[in-house]
Amino acid sequence: MRKVAVIGVGLTKFGELWDVSFRRMMLEAGGRAIEDAGIDGGRIDAMYVGNMSAGQFIRQEHIASLIADHAGLIPVPCTRVEAACASGGLAFRQAVIAVASGIHDIVVAAGIEKMTDVLAEQATEALATAADQEWEAYVGATFPGVYALMARRHMYEFGTTEEQLARVAVKNHHNACFNPCAQYQTEITVEDVLNSSPVCSPLRLLDCSPITDGAACAILAPADLARKITDTQILVAGVGQASDTISLHDRQTLTGLPATTKAAEIAYKMAEVGVRDIDLAEVHDCFTISEIMAIEDLGFCKKGEGGKLTEQGETAIGGSIPVNTSGGLKGKGHPVGATGVAQVVEVVQQLRGEAGKRQVDGAEIGLTHNVGGSGGTVVVHVLRRGG
Amino acid sequence: MGVPRFWREIPNRYNLIGTRCGTCNKIFFPPRYICPSCRRTGKLEPYKLGGKGKIVSYTVTYVAPNGFEDQAPYVMAIIELDEGPKLTAQVTDCSPGQVRIGDRVEMVFRRMGQEGEDGPIYYGYKFRLA
Repeated sequence: MRKVAVIGVGLTKFGELWDVSFRRMMLEAGGRAIEDAGIDGGRIDAMYVGNMSAGQFIRQEHIASLIADHAGLIPVPCTRVEAACASGGLAFRQAVIAVASGIHDIVVAAGIEKMTDVLAEQATEALATAADQEWEAYVGATFPGVYALMARRHMYEFGTTEEQLARVAVKNHHNACFNPCAQYQTEITVEDVLNSSPVCSPLRLLDCSPITDGAACAILAPADLARKITDTQILVAGVGQASDTISLHDRQTLTGLPATTKAAEIAYKMAEVGVRDIDLAEVHDCFTISEIMAIEDLGFCKKGEGGKLTEQGETAIGGSIPVNTSGGLKGKGHPVGATGVAQVVEVVQQLRGEAGKRQVDGAEIGLTHNVGGSGGTVVVHVLRRGG
Repeated sequence: MGVPRFWREIPNRYNLIGTRCGTCNKIFFPPRYICPSCRRTGKLEPYKLGGKGKIVSYTVTYVAPNGFEDQAPYVMAIIELDEGPKLTAQVTDCSPGQVRIGDRVEMVFRRMGQEGEDGPIYYGYKFRLA
């Protein structure tokens, strides 16, 4: 198996991009990644694109062909990867596997979602298809509702408070203020969160990540080739993926995602690192409770202590384990198919020391954590600055 | 959605019929057709559940999906049935503030929703405080 490196990354602005079409978003992110890598696009020999639901959001399937076509890359093979909100992370993983195997050399891992061409309620309905349609959605459960069930149980078992949940949103909005690509570059307060309208108790509007348009792109190459192309080598040190039940009710626990623990265990082992070696993490904060569970399941603290760790400021930039320096899904925005790749973009920029005001000093090892649905799919990557 | 999608699950949804693995005796609801423990040595057969259980977690839904708007705010819960399996269901015939983790509940047959103006009305299980 060959070692794999990230040689270029690019993002679009995240937000309501009413004046930019799906295909132009993808070209913009891709173009930036190519420029960042400093290679000719003609060297690309495969592409993997994470996308949850172009069919529901823009009534367009077969986006792999659309993207290869409009990128001017025919006949390069392009493959769409879908695992709800983990689509991007899985596309990245497929690209890593393609390079590691030796089948392809220069490979694109991209992610995209265009969510604001439909009304907000239609977008919500499309997202709900990540849950079990027959036994969750049928009975009236919504996606925020499923996470609210986890939040309620977490509060019941560990005494996690609504204020601790709010602090996740406050921190991530704060970080997003330093990210020019973020959807919300505005500070919010704990009171703002606690006074926002209820969605599914105990989760309120400002506990939820937004509906976002955006695309992200990373370009991968075998490490020996990357050494000739880039100055700072960013290695994909570990990749881990795990599945779980699609329905939350079928799990033993409601207070964490077992697939996160499993995927992290695989990724740590492959990267030959321990949780204490991680300098920063981009985790899947689709709701505030998701970040609290993620930092527990990844091993940054004991189960049940995620609220406390957040309250103590340990997950802020400057804390012992900065989480979601990009602003996370909450502040940066959550174009579902793009998110997993956008997380990689942030970690690469951090490891290169290019994150500006949100830079984590001396970051050498970073982690990304991308979740599909309520935890039915989880993918974790460990990236490391190479020599 | 077409009518068959609602129709084919009627026995399970109206009567809380799950499955049981004849090899390890584990009971599944919603029904499974492969036992995750026994896999090909499992022998799955229909199994009717008693419809009694307790609340493991709950949420009050204020922002409801299409077809459920007229019911909001309503309580959704994960319920652990006395036979072991857990399911997601609405808790009905109560005010949202009444429900607590650990409360005993029992199944009731109810109208769930309707597909648009002319679409099928569909039915199934909800639970009420026992």
